Amino acid sequence: MNDTTDVIDRLAAIAPGSALDRVRHARPEARRHAQASFDALFVPLDDAAMGVRERAAVALFVAALHADAPAQALYADLLRHSGGAVLEEPVLVEAARAMARGPYGSYPAGPLTGENEAGPEYRVDEAAQEVLGPRLAAALAHAHMLVFHPRDAAPWHLQALVQAQWSTPGIVTLSQLVAFLSFQLRVAAGLRAMAEAA
Amino acid sequence: MTDIVHTPEGHDIPNTFTRAMLDWLPWLEPMAEADLTPRHMAGLVDAARAKSPYFRLLAHDPEVLEARTRTDKDIFYNTQAGLPRAERELAATAASRLNGCIYCASVHARHATTYSRRGDDIQRLLDQGVGTDLGERWNAIVAAAVALTEMPMTFGPAHVARLRAAGLDDPAIADAIQAASFFNWANRLMLSLGEPVPQG
Repeated sequence: MNDTTDVIDRLAAIAPGSALDRVRHARPEARRHAQASFDALFVPLDDAAMGVRERAAVALFVAALHADAPAQALYADLLRHSGGAVLEEPVLVEAARAMARGPYGSYPAGPLTGENEAGPEYRVDEAAQEVLGPRLAAALAHAHMLVFHPRDAAPWHLQALVQAQWSTPGIVTLSQLVAFLSFQLRVAAGLRAMAEAA
Repeated sequence: MTDIVHTPEGHDIPNTFTRAMLDWLPWLEPMAEADLTPRHMAGLVDAARAKSPYFRLLAHDPEVLEARTRTDKDIFYNTQAGLPRAERELAATAASRLNGCIYCASVHARHATTYSRRGDDIQRLLDQGVGTDLGERWNAIVAAAVALTEMPMTFGPAHVARLRAAGLDDPAIADAIQAASFFNWANRLMLSLGEPVPQG
């Protein structure tokens, strides 16, 4: 990946000078800082709180949960380039196990509980935990909750990360990474639909 | 080092979607104001955000926070062409309603009300959910936000065609997409790093 590549353009196959390229340039700061978000997450100044290999592995998992083929290829590539090739297959196997429909989850006691929707509470397979390690296994479980049932989020989810040796800054970065991808993959999918409808 | 997870107790838990002002309490320790360096202040973008526990928590990763904030501001505040602000806020409210983010929905339902002067319609969206009838133009925008928020996403050319038929040009459609997508970012942070509390 060279530094002139805009990742959303790449995911949505937007060519320079095309109609959609002009539309994106009407929000130049959003375009620039969506890319800056990607750079800050995947080419960080400081990766002490969350290693670049962990970042790529979680991103591949999230891309696979979105069944987004271009994003899956991009983040698999990133994982290989950050020395995590061995993680690619177990992460994809876990993503297939973790697949669900969302957003589901529960509301606090009161009138909204009629809208509660049950769904799976995903945990990494025990054999896969050996390969992925406790930190990444906890991160994938958290990512699944954020992707499919974020309204179920509770302090115990963060406690599980702390117990797996995640620090507060690490949890912030992990949360931003999954939340950012939830944005990036939707923008790319939306722009692809616009191209298709053109 | 073991970091502490807070479990706030002794407050009422907001259990309906509302346009009332809410506060938000973090589950993890935000940075102390005294520890904010120029790097963190750059991440906060607006110095006044140093007072917010939410932004001081996100300041643990200042580069991502800054990029997030500048993305947000352009999608919602850049009034050059595109979708009227009221309808960007409508898309944000619809995504928040479907994901179940009571805090985000409260903020953006207030903004949508301010810019549209259609407070009754916004309140109905909060009370009845994303299936409520708001007239075809707003229905098309809400349906687009829903299709982008659902997993798997169902947004496709038919949604684009419906938005065009409702009078949106391509810059406006791209704004609707970015506004709904941005709230799939924001909702996940607000829902998973702390909880809303009634103000006061």
